Amino acid sequence: MATTTINSENGNCKEGKKSFTISAFSENHIGLLNRITIIFTRRQVNIDSLTVSGSAIPGIHKFTIVVNDCREKVEKVVEQIEKLVEVLKAFYHTEDEVIHQEIALYKVPTKALLESNKVEATIRKHSARILEVRPEYTVIELTGHKEETQALFDELNEYGLLQFTRSGRIAVTRSSKEVFSNYMKEVGHQSVEYEKN
Amino acid sequence: MKATKETETTTIDIPNKIRVTGAEAIMLSLIQEGVDTLFGYPGGAIMPAYDALMNYTDKLRHILTRHEQGAIHAAQGYARVTGKVGVCMATSGPGATNLITGIADAMIDSTPLVCITGQVAAGLLGTDAFQETDVIGISMPVTKWNYLITKPEEIPAILAQAFYIAKTGRPGPVVVDIAKNAQFGMLDFEYHKCKRMRSYAPEPRISLDNLKAATSLINSAKKPYILAGQGIILGGAEQEFLQFVEKSGIPVGWTILGACALPKDHPQNIGMLGMHGNYSANIKTNECDLLIGVGMRFDDRVTGDLSRYAKQAKIIHLEIDKAEINKVVTADVPLHGDVKDTLPLLTKMIEKRDHSAWIRAFREADKIEYETVIQHDLHPVKPGLTMGEVIHLINEGTKGDAIVVTDVGQHQMFASRYAFHKNPRSFVTSGGLGTMGFGLPAAHGAKIGCPDKQVILFVGDGGFQMTIQELGTINQTQAAVKIVLLNNKYLGMVRQWQQLFFDKRYSETYLLNPDFIKVAEGFGIKGKKVLERPQLAQAIQEMLDHNGPYLLEVSIEKEDNVFPMVPTGASVSEVILEQKK
Repeated sequence: MATTTINSENGNCKEGKKSFTISAFSENHIGLLNRITIIFTRRQVNIDSLTVSGSAIPGIHKFTIVVNDCREKVEKVVEQIEKLVEVLKAFYHTEDEVIHQEIALYKVPTKALLESNKVEATIRKHSARILEVRPEYTVIELTGHKEETQALFDELNEYGLLQFTRSGRIAVTRSSKEVFSNYMKEVGHQSVEYEKN
Repeated sequence: MKATKETETTTIDIPNKIRVTGAEAIMLSLIQEGVDTLFGYPGGAIMPAYDALMNYTDKLRHILTRHEQGAIHAAQGYARVTGKVGVCMATSGPGATNLITGIADAMIDSTPLVCITGQVAAGLLGTDAFQETDVIGISMPVTKWNYLITKPEEIPAILAQAFYIAKTGRPGPVVVDIAKNAQFGMLDFEYHKCKRMRSYAPEPRISLDNLKAATSLINSAKKPYILAGQGIILGGAEQEFLQFVEKSGIPVGWTILGACALPKDHPQNIGMLGMHGNYSANIKTNECDLLIGVGMRFDDRVTGDLSRYAKQAKIIHLEIDKAEINKVVTADVPLHGDVKDTLPLLTKMIEKRDHSAWIRAFREADKIEYETVIQHDLHPVKPGLTMGEVIHLINEGTKGDAIVVTDVGQHQMFASRYAFHKNPRSFVTSGGLGTMGFGLPAAHGAKIGCPDKQVILFVGDGGFQMTIQELGTINQTQAAVKIVLLNNKYLGMVRQWQQLFFDKRYSETYLLNPDFIKVAEGFGIKGKKVLERPQLAQAIQEMLDHNGPYLLEVSIEKEDNVFPMVPTGASVSEVILEQKK
């Protein structure tokens, strides 16, 4: 019909918004990233971070997506992701159900570091590492949770950061049940099977 | 020319590995999938395929439409009445974008389609070449699956996957975009149908625990109520459903796409659900103690205000698409599976029951609807023809044996409520998307798919003009579509809303229409216009008896409204039966 309903937020968010880590395992095909992100766009769910890479199983890609939203909405998004023809499985986890990490790189003017007497203390305190030192700049690396990489950012920013970059989250579950690898054993390693003549 | 054609599945023996062009491989693959009919429109990037088509005209009937939207809606109509995969073909760029409305319609209404589009040569992708559009990107949100073929040797395997995905599980549209170089290039052709994909599980395993839980709810319910959806028809489970309904004794309401799930004259058939559904079918939703959704998705037009929808009832939801379970309404017992498999198991487990007292409560409410709405629609005493009486008279002529197709708007709601059809797959309408312009091409596709059936199209004067060029296609095939144009000179549904909810401010809903009979005549189609009640019955008979396509235009009372109505935001208990004076 030519008329539409105005869809209001129906307040179906019992626990309030919180951070969820969504992981999806898919075939390694062109366009799947797009198919997955469309699901978020359509439902107005913002993606906080996204990491895509090959999984432990050859030919299977893993998407790790962090969102801050209601559990009810996240559940539905995960169902829609799993519904995609080329997605094998999708899961979602709360913060305490996963062990997660991000990596950050900081490029700082070497001169500023040399002039300061706090560099050693800063690097030590954060357990950061120096990757490269050149006369013009030094590159420092830190892995940790977002709050940790942010804390180092705030300190190094005083030296005049030249560049800063942070990766998306990667995560493994705390549970000892390996749901996905068991699923893979069940479905086998041939992605498409055809009838024989 | 007669529009009949042999419809048996034709496959030809292909010697192992023959050397062919990609374009020929497309045709051979279609034949291997049992396709005998396709709808389309040629153009630059699909020309090699059209050239190859000429070598297979004995196996593949191609219907040249007047617009790609006409091709895809025809393929939808064809798929809906035959249960086969509808196939359409178009060129790149504008050809492909003209398919999009139909693809979106097929997606939301779960219609199996394979759409083949031409694409610029692989080397030109991303260069803004002539008629290059990112068809994969554009169609992604509205397809079940899509794929861009850039090499000829991909063609058979990808088309095999396309057909498999389109028709299994919850069906849907698939787009296969084929670069021109892949059509020109050579390959060693051999064909194997797709059997399985590890990432896709179209046949869910049914939970025995949930079956037991559902059985105990059904056995102990005092006022159970079944909501029948298109899943029953898509699963070909009409018989299984009938057995379940008769053993359980439970009354059945249906969604607009579930109209053929149970014969309309079955004693347990209560009527249509939703915004313009039947009075009892809606209000009893909020009185039942158990709601059993079968192959339906609790669309907002069905549920009205969710916070006041069946809160008193336990809910069992039979559904093949796991993402539909708990999407809108939380199920107490989900039965994830194909209803074709689930229903016989349930029927076996439940006890035979009689709910005739509960059904009588529906019938009492029906009397209210009959007195306030139905008798005025079907047997008006005022001057001015109603849509209801036209449909009612046509029912008397067809005896329920016709396929009924509608466009979108007021006439669609009248046809859903009043058209009598007793066979499976005999009601075709655009449900989820509400696509005006769907009717005429869909009716054509339905007639091509079922040439021996009478096909009646109900269409309004607004929607008719959206795809009126398909009269040209119909003239070319001579498919005997009977077009019933219910002309009220308005975009009637929008006008009704303006009258009821926008203070009678009729913004842009009046249409200055052409002489439709002359237009049809110009397309070579015979027609007649009826202005007065006394001429109606005779004119309908002439239309039904006419051997060939026919336009019957009926001048309808301008300001008639569709009732009952559950207004947007209201609960299914708050049905408006008549207009406040």
